Amino acid sequence: MMLPPYAKLLGVTLEQGDDGTPVIVMPFGQHVVGRPGYLQGGAISGLLEVAAIATLRHALAGEAGARIKPINATVDFLRGGRDHVTRATGTITRLGSRVATVEAVAWQDDRARPIAGARMNYLIEREGG
Amino acid sequence: MTWDTSTIARFLLENRGVAGHSGRLGVKYHAHGDDWIEVAQPYSDDLVGDERTGVIASGPIIALMDIATSLAVWSRVREFVPHATMDLRIDYLRPARPHHMVIGRAECLRVARSIAFTRGIAHDGDIDDPVAHVAATFMVTSGSYPKVTA
Repeated sequence: MMLPPYAKLLGVTLEQGDDGTPVIVMPFGQHVVGRPGYLQGGAISGLLEVAAIATLRHALAGEAGARIKPINATVDFLRGGRDHVTRATGTITRLGSRVATVEAVAWQDDRARPIAGARMNYLIEREGG
Repeated sequence: MTWDTSTIARFLLENRGVAGHSGRLGVKYHAHGDDWIEVAQPYSDDLVGDERTGVIASGPIIALMDIATSLAVWSRVREFVPHATMDLRIDYLRPARPHHMVIGRAECLRVARSIAFTRGIAHDGDIDDPVAHVAATFMVTSGSYPKVTA
């Protein structure tokens, strides 16, 4: 799976979860800092978006022509993101013919203690659809 | 120190030692009035989310609006108060046009003791044809926000 240029700006890489679903890994660095020592909310949101889209692309792998367009997103910031590596992954709540809903979660040391979560709706445009 | 919105915004966004993510994105102070502030995200190939179209990813728009709404709170209380984004909701009304600067305009709706409420829009040249609409809430990280005078 190819990640977009924006994912390179964030410095993220792709890992595979136990069940083959993508996990996006973002190392800490000055380029993602907001207030000193903490991740910027936009960088966390960007990581969640990359994870959500990677999850959708993974699910749509058999459909080369399907395009994914964001409709809206609600991001909850649950804990401050400290100077550690952050991981994010998505769960598809609904994948319909036109719209998909993805829940994405980001965590640092402990997956059971997420630093942020988001619910995102995407428009799926299929070729000839 | 007397509060000056443009000086503080430029310092936070454009000073190399201070500006982290906003510096990497290239976000800059744009303009402000009594009850609004605008920050600008110049177009860059680094921000692209879809290489087929050259449209920037949604992440940089969220970051831009997080910055704009955050500054709107400080501008309202006329003080820099450490705070954290609690939640941010965004509607992507249409894709930003490639090679256009995106302006994030925000206003603070209310500052309570520990929570501040904001809203904003992003546009790429025509404020009446926005790219995104945002509502964001902030929480002061310790103590409380200063009282807003008139």
